[in-house]
Amino acid sequence: MIISIASGKGGTGKTTIATNLALSLGKVQVIDCDVEEPNANIFFNAEIKEREDVTVEIPEIDKEKCDYCGKCSEFCAYNALAVVPSDVLVFPELCHSCGGCEIVCPQNAINWKRKPVGKIEHGITNGVDFYHGLLNVGEIQAVPVIKALKKKIDKEGNVIIDAPPGTSCPVIESINGSDYCILVTEPTPFGLHNLKLAIAVVRHLYIPFGVIINRDGVGDKKVEMYCQTEKIPILMKIPHSEEIANLYSIGIPFVKKLPEWHEKFTELFRRIQEGVRT
Amino acid sequence: MKIGVSSTGENLDANVDQRFGRCKYFLIVDTESMEFEVLSNENAMASGGAGIQAAQTIAKTGAEVVVTGNVGPNAFQTLSAAGMKIFTGASGTIKESIEKYKKGELKETEAPSVGSHSGMRR
Repeated sequence: MIISIASGKGGTGKTTIATNLALSLGKVQVIDCDVEEPNANIFFNAEIKEREDVTVEIPEIDKEKCDYCGKCSEFCAYNALAVVPSDVLVFPELCHSCGGCEIVCPQNAINWKRKPVGKIEHGITNGVDFYHGLLNVGEIQAVPVIKALKKKIDKEGNVIIDAPPGTSCPVIESINGSDYCILVTEPTPFGLHNLKLAIAVVRHLYIPFGVIINRDGVGDKKVEMYCQTEKIPILMKIPHSEEIANLYSIGIPFVKKLPEWHEKFTELFRRIQEGVRT
Repeated sequence: MKIGVSSTGENLDANVDQRFGRCKYFLIVDTESMEFEVLSNENAMASGGAGIQAAQTIAKTGAEVVVTGNVGPNAFQTLSAAGMKIFTGASGTIKESIEKYKKGELKETEAPSVGSHSGMRR
């Protein structure tokens, strides 16, 4: 089963849930898809044993064949190609590697070259088969790195995907195909606002979902009221506790020090599993 | 000679738009007759590559010179590839800017005057 952990708002506790749930389950695969700032390994401390480069294909113009007709540039929705009277410019950071320029080119002047955009890394720790991705500094497209990470999913076992925050392409790429999505929020007006955006995304993708309220006790009751009205299950509440915050601040997943949470996370997983089956 | 100017409006009394790629209009002005053509910048709201599109649009008009407030790296590269001269730091009305250009009071730029996506911050 694939469970993804997402949130509209950043900093609500996705990685907290992903790491504590993983350590409670033991034998599980964890994939940190927040490739712009992966931080799950701060908590796992997995020794990285394998690395792979992630590349994308970028057009390269054969200037012997090109007659500067401009069709490639007109076609490109991302303005990654510029055609001026005697030159064609390629802007690799804007290219989405769709291949459309090659199709529309009447001169067959488009070749492809590979460009590295990031890497994925692998390590094993405490029974957790851990992967994360790292987008190169200056690159703007996280999706190719997330796609490369998702190829590592072992469908036979249980998989936890730690998604990036927000509701844009990298989030959709991360959570698409999951059997269940946990949306983590904080009980504040900002938390609720962004939770609603995240709910719209998971509904659009037809992924069954539930909500975890983190830092319960701060803010107001509007997240709970909203979930009740919308009949969205509140899977768990994690209190706003100094002890948990302290452990977090020194990189210790709190299930390691507070064993009662070990059971709560195991129970959470069992309930999700039953819910998905029925 | 024809000059492409980034403009906030559709005539010579409009102000120079400080943004090149995300300006509202381009005025293509004939420096001899002061006759002009107005092009609406359809890529002003593009998520990316607005400067690249703008540069191609101007290059197609046959203008040899661009007068604007600022130009970013991608637009600069595209305009340079098209063999165009770029004058930044223009302000005030289009008419005034063209006068300044004619008197040699505007400086030709050899490098982008702002970073990527500067036109999106307004």
